[in-house]
Amino acid sequence: MTMTDTPTAMNRLGRLMVDRPLLPLIGLLILLVAVLAILNPGVLSMFWASNTLKIAIPLAMLAACQTMTMLTGGIDLSVGTAATIAAYLTATLAPLIGVPPAIAIALAAAILIGLVNGFGIAICRVHPLIMTLGTALIATGCLLVYQRYVIATGVLIPDFLLWLGTGRTLGLPNSLALFIPFAILVIWAQRRSGFGRLLYAIGANEAAARLSGVRVWQVHFTLYTLSSLIAGVTGLLYLGQIKTASLSLALPLDLPSVAAAVIGGTSIFGGRGGYGGTIVGALILTVLTSMLTLMQIPEGGRRILFGLIILAVTALFIRLTERN
Amino acid sequence: MKRWIEANTWTLGLAVLLAALLLLTKLIQPDFGASGLDSLARAALPFALATVGMAIVVIAGGIDLSIAAMMAVASVTGAVLMDGASDGQSVVIVIGVLLLGLAMGAINGALIVVSKVPDIVVTLAMLFVWQGVALLILNAPGGGAAAWLRALSAGGVPGIDWLPRAVVFLAIVTAVIWIPIRRSKLGLRLYAIGSDPLAAFRSGVPVGQTRIIAYALCGLFAALGGLSVTMSTGIGEPIPGPYLLASVAAVVLGGVVLGGGRGGLLGPILAVFILRTVRMDLTLLSVDPNVAAIIEGTIMVAVVMFGAVLATRGRKT
Repeated sequence: MTMTDTPTAMNRLGRLMVDRPLLPLIGLLILLVAVLAILNPGVLSMFWASNTLKIAIPLAMLAACQTMTMLTGGIDLSVGTAATIAAYLTATLAPLIGVPPAIAIALAAAILIGLVNGFGIAICRVHPLIMTLGTALIATGCLLVYQRYVIATGVLIPDFLLWLGTGRTLGLPNSLALFIPFAILVIWAQRRSGFGRLLYAIGANEAAARLSGVRVWQVHFTLYTLSSLIAGVTGLLYLGQIKTASLSLALPLDLPSVAAAVIGGTSIFGGRGGYGGTIVGALILTVLTSMLTLMQIPEGGRRILFGLIILAVTALFIRLTERN
Repeated sequence: MKRWIEANTWTLGLAVLLAALLLLTKLIQPDFGASGLDSLARAALPFALATVGMAIVVIAGGIDLSIAAMMAVASVTGAVLMDGASDGQSVVIVIGVLLLGLAMGAINGALIVVSKVPDIVVTLAMLFVWQGVALLILNAPGGGAAAWLRALSAGGVPGIDWLPRAVVFLAIVTAVIWIPIRRSKLGLRLYAIGSDPLAAFRSGVPVGQTRIIAYALCGLFAALGGLSVTMSTGIGEPIPGPYLLASVAAVVLGGVVLGGGRGGLLGPILAVFILRTVRMDLTLLSVDPNVAAIIEGTIMVAVVMFGAVLATRGRKT
């Protein structure tokens, strides 16, 4: 920025978004809530806010996987599957072998998906999009086979997951008890820890990172394993929230989790973005969905608007930040 | 030269693999013949058309996640309009649906070029849009298909009974659309922008325009794929089928490099038939369909891993 620059409104907004990407996103969120309040006066309440938070949290947690993998220029499309498998295993194994072993097996299964992803991406150097789609396909097949053997055992959802998923304390959803430490940890890890710095370094320039002595394959391997573990934990939370074990529980969250990270300003090419924006992105998507539902548009129209708004927000973000 | 041989070795290998698989099928099921080939080809047709569309976009350096949703739009539009239409009308309708496919693809491409948003994000957003459009046109499976259209892909070619019409249909459609393009400047441009957009731009290639054309072609093949779904079932299907993942996998298996600039259409088409034959063999062996899905997925992932390892080796030496 030189003195000769004549900062226009657009330029200034763009600079603001580069420096403080959270502000315009929060502005958009407030705008959406305002529109919602005008469309349907009386809908805004403490109950509504806590409900929105509750719905947004699993999405935001899955979007953490996308944010971290996207920082390195990758993507993880197996998170919905990993979450679903963890939830289904917990619910069906709990009546047979007790809750703690069931959860241990469920998380182990999620981690296994991550290990396979990590092996393919880090060691065989397969494109993350292909690798994670492929493991998702295989894992779904395994789940379908598994389901035939447990169909008779019944389903038990552990009480503490129900408490975490649906309970409220002082009007706030209990899932915040899991989410707030999680979010702080992720943001801290991204900004302050060596691992977080490595993610940005690989995403910004993988060759340069390798030449400066980063063992890129180890980072990728850890990253995709961690991503699946987070997805597995999310699956447990989601199980408590939805209260049914279905074979496609968290699958509809796959693509919205990518959208939440993208709206939050994380670049899909890597090197830029952060989890703070993603959380706001997840909230924006949740408010948007409830707005479209309230407007009583048919399902088809809702999907069209959803897609167009994601596109418009991303395009605007890129247009504004690219000027600098 | 070496690269050219390498690329063709891959395609040749796929052809040999397919032949071996068909032979294996004959061993498993001694009376496997014309009708078996016919049902294989008919099941593979929508997958093959989707794969061809995807392959063109990937060669041009992009990816189109909305392909299955565009197929759904084409399928329901065709089925709704053709319900009760005369033969003459249905020809017009088919042409209209193909133009609609071109338009949908061109919209995808134009949005990518104009908005400068990464192609994955744009086509992800458009996936929701086209899904919504398909649902607005037709809420539940329904509609109809003209009799001549249904006859296009069913049964064998008159005179050569063992050759399924679906294969001939696929070959003609792909050849008529792709070969003139491949031989022209446009084909070179598609490969150029996939290989290195900056170098292509500096050599005077209109990068944006070429990218839009690549997506429009993908839309055209998606429309053909959607029509082929309507052709074989006789109704329109508003919920997108599993064509996205299958087409990306077949494109990669077929030797087209994600990132663009390398590969052809024959490899991906062969890969589609290989994947469908594997599935058919597993069904013939009366393997549980879910286990078959696991095996199919594992084969796909293993081949992709193997290919990636080979590619890395090749780059190092």
